[in-house]
Amino acid sequence: MADPMRIRAQASGDKATVRVLMSHEMESGQRKDAAGKIVPAWFIQEVTASHNGKVVMTAEWGPAVSKNPYLQFNVKGAKAGDKVSIKWVDNRGDTRTDEATIS
Amino acid sequence: MNHKSQLIAGALAAVAVAGCANLPSVAELNQITDQIVKASFRTEAHVNVERLTQTDDTNRLCGEADASGKPLDDKVAKAIEETNLKTIRWPSNGQFIGDWKRGEAIAQSGRGLTWTDNAQMANGGNCYNCHQIDKSEISYGTIGPSLYNYGKLRGVSDPNSAAAKPIVEYTWGKIWNAKAYNACSNMPRAGHMGILTEAQVRDVVGLLLDPKSPVNQ
Amino acid sequence: MFFHFCEVRMRQALISLALAMALGAVPALAEKTASQGIDEYRAMLQDGNPAELFEAKGEDLWKQKRGPKNASLEACDLGQGPGIIKGVFVSLPKFFADTGKVQDLESRLLTCMQTLQGFDAQAIAKTNFGRGEMANVTALATWIAAESKGMKFNLSQSHAQERVMYEVGKRLFYMRGGTHDFSCASCHGEEGKRIRLQDLPMLTKNPGDGVGFAAWPAYRVSNGQMWGMQQRLNDCYRQQRFPYPGFASDATVALGVYLGVNAQGAASIAPAIKR
Repeated sequence: MADPMRIRAQASGDKATVRVLMSHEMESGQRKDAAGKIVPAWFIQEVTASHNGKVVMTAEWGPAVSKNPYLQFNVKGAKAGDKVSIKWVDNRGDTRTDEATIS
Repeated sequence: MNHKSQLIAGALAAVAVAGCANLPSVAELNQITDQIVKASFRTEAHVNVERLTQTDDTNRLCGEADASGKPLDDKVAKAIEETNLKTIRWPSNGQFIGDWKRGEAIAQSGRGLTWTDNAQMANGGNCYNCHQIDKSEISYGTIGPSLYNYGKLRGVSDPNSAAAKPIVEYTWGKIWNAKAYNACSNMPRAGHMGILTEAQVRDVVGLLLDPKSPVNQ
Repeated sequence: MFFHFCEVRMRQALISLALAMALGAVPALAEKTASQGIDEYRAMLQDGNPAELFEAKGEDLWKQKRGPKNASLEACDLGQGPGIIKGVFVSLPKFFADTGKVQDLESRLLTCMQTLQGFDAQAIAKTNFGRGEMANVTALATWIAAESKGMKFNLSQSHAQERVMYEVGKRLFYMRGGTHDFSCASCHGEEGKRIRLQDLPMLTKNPGDGVGFAAWPAYRVSNGQMWGMQQRLNDCYRQQRFPYPGFASDATVALGVYLGVNAQGAASIAPAIKR
């Protein structure tokens, strides 16, 4: 299983700011190794963010997003104590879901 | 613990026993440093440890002067410059000025002589790491002086003229062995240390002195 | 591949960067704009330092029972007693009575991984950076550094060996060698210099908060790698065309003493983020 994400979520006024660091190689599929062979593409394709179980954001990523990607977004109406969950799925079908409580 | 580590541990333990008050003498500290260098560095790929353990007097004396904060005695500095001057190999075909386009490529390239470099490939001069050269290259270093307009500023309109000879020779010599003109110069000795070939040095001289080179526009 | 924001933010970032560069109230000198652009790129990187991923890993590794002895590192003494993490980063390298030598953080981690967990320290030292147990040493070092973030460097020079290692480190700093006659001082011995467009801190004295010794371990965005101080020194020596410095060898520790003592009073920002 991939290494865990780091999620920090902070409420301020009528919204919460969510910051996520994901651990992923994000190989574009365009690099060549020392022997000249293409390093196969391996990157996150889909990101889904949920607030208290309801999907609030989805993202479709491609090879331009770099290694160990950082994502930041706001959720309107989110309050301290609410749960935020982030899930990613990569082009190999691997997936990881992590959760945090909004502070 | 291998033999070398034992020597160092012994030296350092002797220091501890001698008490907190005094440091070992300068000579003893130099010796401890030498032992630590020998025990810490190793050959990797084509980079031999002798590059360090058998470095020449120029490097040894200049390094010691830097560390002590006392510049070299004038006589010692002159002697170092003379020794380095003698190593300069002047163009085997009498041609000092080469192709400035190739010279620019050599100045841009930082390839070669690290333990990850392919020993079969041509080395670069690393020049832009330290110098401004062609005005259109904005990614230049400031460890060395700007070389923009190098030939123009020195009034070299015909590098083959008698008037230009001293500058042309100095430029070749400085690139071949920078320490011939300044004993403890920061600049590498591109020809003498085998960083650049004669043909490459010729092309870099062309970059700096050819009136048609972008450097002199 | 330079942006690690989601697509919308990537476009926003590109637009604002282009605007900033176009509106930059500076003369039309191309190099000023490039420097400005680089500074802005660096500012953008500060949020979301992937070093945090390595911190989390390091903290887990400290607490996990591992190795032939199936033990955690929680009894490891990094200079202020077994298990004490806070503040140790800014007091290393220092002398350790149990090994009778001056050690830096990564060297001390090897000692603990061997004596407490039964790993082979020499084998780890020979492992390439980023692989196997060597990668774990880097993660541990990242977390331990993070626990001293913001604290000021305060290395001891009270033990005779610490003072000798400072003198050795100074000589090493100025030692010229290799095909290019470079020493550390060739690049780091003068104020206000740079290689290409990379500013160079002067390291013969305190270079200020978060600079030089106070900025490593750091995450390097350009290659997506987490580097400890040992790897930073290793790569400096590689670029100097020197032969290979052994991992956690006395030469590297002596340099750490020289740099660390010079940085007395400077605040650590490790783990930092670099281009």
